[in-house]
Amino acid sequence: MIPVAFDYLRASSTEEAIALLVEHGDEAKLIAGGHSLLPLMKLRLAIPAVLVDIGRVPGLSYIEERGDEIAIGALARHHDLETSPLLKDQVPLLAYTAHQVGDPQVRHRGTLGGTLAHGDPASDLPAAVLALGGTLVAQGPNGRREIAAIDFFRGFLETALGADELLVEIRVPKVAGAGWSFQKFNRRAQDWAIVGVAAVVNGTTGIALINMGSTPIRAVAVEEALRSGASASEAATAADQGTDPPSDINASSEYRRHLATVLVRRALEEAS
Amino acid sequence: MVLIAVEVNGTRRQHNVEPRLLLVQYLRETLGLTGTNIGCDTTSCGACTVLFNGESVKSCTVLAAQADEAEIVTIEGLGGPDGALHPVQEAFRQHHALQCGYCTPGMVMAAVSLLAEENELDEQGVREGLEGNLCRCTGYHNIVKAVLACADDRATLTESSS
Repeated sequence: MIPVAFDYLRASSTEEAIALLVEHGDEAKLIAGGHSLLPLMKLRLAIPAVLVDIGRVPGLSYIEERGDEIAIGALARHHDLETSPLLKDQVPLLAYTAHQVGDPQVRHRGTLGGTLAHGDPASDLPAAVLALGGTLVAQGPNGRREIAAIDFFRGFLETALGADELLVEIRVPKVAGAGWSFQKFNRRAQDWAIVGVAAVVNGTTGIALINMGSTPIRAVAVEEALRSGASASEAATAADQGTDPPSDINASSEYRRHLATVLVRRALEEAS
Repeated sequence: MVLIAVEVNGTRRQHNVEPRLLLVQYLRETLGLTGTNIGCDTTSCGACTVLFNGESVKSCTVLAAQADEAEIVTIEGLGGPDGALHPVQEAFRQHHALQCGYCTPGMVMAAVSLLAEENELDEQGVREGLEGNLCRCTGYHNIVKAVLACADDRATLTESSS
């Protein structure tokens, strides 16, 4: 399968990438690892006229401590996350979740920024960042702005990023010692989750659902039930409230609703 | 067209390529390195696995343009200049870790990457580490045996790559 022809431009800095986005507007797409975008282009579901390659922009692959948070450059790859001693220590949910993405080859190419900016509701890492209550940093022609993870995902493959903005950093709170769980139900090792759950218990409980609607979503009803004193198994029955899961070849919408309640219960039991 | 300079199996190659040319097509059609197979062409089967700066990637999901300034190793570049097999290739032969052979180049490259990354490998680790490569013939049994044999014989591996 061969993508539709496009112009290829390589950015050597964040500023150059933004300038190219400003110049080419909606016609342009950013590419880093390309493991979400290239498959879509090969199927001709995405037909960008211009690709701006940010894969070699220096200085965006860090994973470092910053006060109460861990700051991660948008070009850090899943492989960097899964092998980071700092992340394993301070945000084990994120390191573990990165290890569940695809397979080793995919994790050698795919980036955290890429998977978030792609905004696929079936992806693993957006749910982990959402459950953690992370912060995303976008840079555009007018400088940087911060977007809370909960405000970032707007619709199917749509995010709060403007056409001239680049996701440059992701910050998540340090949660060493907190309870956490990542549940992924699929048929084969490298498949997308039919349904998945990321949960972190750190005073309050953050829970996010994979493949239960058009975006990665927080299980708000479960979180509220827990705050009102419900047990894990009681709260988990609310897992499908406010969701709109798809029906597809792997599962019906009803099956996904049921699966969400089961996986949220397992996640809460493991995390507590 | 995009000018790329790529080190492939130790030799620097320079070509003007169409931006949409995939790395696997560059290797097979431009350079004639047909040892790297195309299987599913959808990032699933792993038949097209090559080393990209020492790490396994599926070359059907990388643009040739993205490989500019990278070091690529394909199955043709693994063995010694005298035609000697790489220890992983030798282990696949010893343990009969193939039947039809179509997945073998990708499987070997994935195994080389896995062995370079993981200091300790047990059966479960090998099976999980090769989850990106599908084999429809062997049931994986002898492939796992071959990779475990390599893991148990690190000294040989270190020797050949030095």
